Amino acid sequence: MTKIILPELGEGIVKATIACWHAKVGDSLQRGQEVCEAVTDKASFVIEAPAAGKLESICVDAGQEGLVGGVLGTIE
Amino acid sequence: MTPNIIIEDWGLINYLDGLERQRKCVQRVIEGAADHLILCEHPAVLTLGRMTNPRSLLYERKEIEARGVTIERVDRGGDVTLHAPGQLIVYPVFNLNKHGKDLKAYMEELEEVAVDLLKNFGILAISICGQRGVFVGPDKIISIGVGVRKWVTYHGLGINVNTDLSLFDLIKPCGLNVRMTSMQKIKGHAMPMADVKTKIIEQFGKHFK
Repeated sequence: MTKIILPELGEGIVKATIACWHAKVGDSLQRGQEVCEAVTDKASFVIEAPAAGKLESICVDAGQEGLVGGVLGTIE
Repeated sequence: MTPNIIIEDWGLINYLDGLERQRKCVQRVIEGAADHLILCEHPAVLTLGRMTNPRSLLYERKEIEARGVTIERVDRGGDVTLHAPGQLIVYPVFNLNKHGKDLKAYMEELEEVAVDLLKNFGILAISICGQRGVFVGPDKIISIGVGVRKWVTYHGLGINVNTDLSLFDLIKPCGLNVRMTSMQKIKGHAMPMADVKTKIIEQFGKHFK
């Protein structure tokens, strides 16, 4: 299982809102495929799949806030 | 002046056509091309960012379109904003792997570029903590919203040079109860767009070496 992590976005940025998911649970993903977008402070950041596999779970739904370094979802 | 940045002036370009060209440019920069600074203007359009509150549109879609303004949903942060002729659009397509992978620092640098640009024209502007964009007194003159893919930036700045400010009555710009202003309004006469373009290129050259 591989975790999709909200990456470091910059000094002082500790959280971001997940604007949308481009995949749903069960979808097959390629490594590097865009899976979701995080928004902070008028900047939108595209997050990619860190590994190939199936999207196993979404831990932070669209509209919710995730913490930097926290798990947004998992890939099986 | 800006040896590491490729400057492109697209003139007046339909918003979606410009977005498509911008996406291709982002892909080229991701693949290793030099940073690009794109300048253009768009026909009147409202763009809805990822965090748009429906209440930020103050009129029904039909009424807005009747004024010759189209509406497009876009993949940038922020709420609703308006683009129209007379507003200089600046799209920096920069690889932040070369400029520090820090979104906050990048946004602040854009604000500094904007403040210094306006200083060139004798306009004292400020950025306000907690509110992205650049202001003259309480009025907003430059809007900022960016997107980032693989640490390459897109979208950017909307600089109200000679914008028809009455169009902003259609929306709450950026979801805020803020009044918009322009260089033309502050100076009392239309500003030469070519001069503004020259100065913004200079400022990017100074701030992003």
